[in-house]
Amino acid sequence: MADRLDQYFGVHATALRLRSERMGVIASNIANAATPGYKARDLDFGAALRDAAPDVRLSRTSAAHLSPTAEEAPMLAWRQPVQPSLDGNTVELATEQVQFAETALRYRSTLGLLGGRIQSLTAALKGDQA
Amino acid sequence: MTLGIFDIAGRAMTAQLVRLNSSASNLANAGAVSATAEGAYRPLKPVFAAQYEGNTGRATVSVLGVVQADAAPQRRHEPGHPLADAQGYVHVSAVDSNAELVEMVETARQYRNAIEVLETAKSLTLETLRLGR
Repeated sequence: MADRLDQYFGVHATALRLRSERMGVIASNIANAATPGYKARDLDFGAALRDAAPDVRLSRTSAAHLSPTAEEAPMLAWRQPVQPSLDGNTVELATEQVQFAETALRYRSTLGLLGGRIQSLTAALKGDQA
Repeated sequence: MTLGIFDIAGRAMTAQLVRLNSSASNLANAGAVSATAEGAYRPLKPVFAAQYEGNTGRATVSVLGVVQADAAPQRRHEPGHPLADAQGYVHVSAVDSNAELVEMVETARQYRNAIEVLETAKSLTLETLRLGR
């Protein structure tokens, strides 16, 4: 039964976990905005999802998209600063804030998708007598 | 123990508050006068260090301590000052008010960022709890 439920929720359950993971990494960057020598990191969502759910492929719909090549692509990558600072800190608050907001939004949309599935499941269980 | 977003942002706020306190102390003591060079106020600086949680990519910030900057106090000739020494000199604390003000603004901005992170994490957690209702 649990297996069926996993299948029913599909990739969204994994995606939700990874998005929350990514928010943790970006929150760490924001927290260390003033720590000398701190190197900002980010989670490669596509690579992490491939690792967690190998049967799911993120499709490349444009030639400008980065092509996911190696299977061993690291899930955590260092952020390349636009303008490196003297104290070795590579956190750029504007970048981090945008990434954080984007991840929060994507987390919300994944929640919405999951909520939809749960609602149809409940409707099916109740026999739609509401 | 795993670091949640709340821990990360909460400790960032603590660190920024320590930084704000040091700035406030420095600004309050800008221009403070002492009878001896040793007794003069020296600017306080917090030392931040990243605290990593293994290889998970999560890290919070901790304050290793607050150190006294070794900026030498200024010697100023003021024979009429009640604290002046035999040669008529007083020692003024070496606080750079402009730098401290900039520090204060930056601290406030980063504190605000941490609050923003907390609020986003809170609302997302609440939404997750309401999932499927």
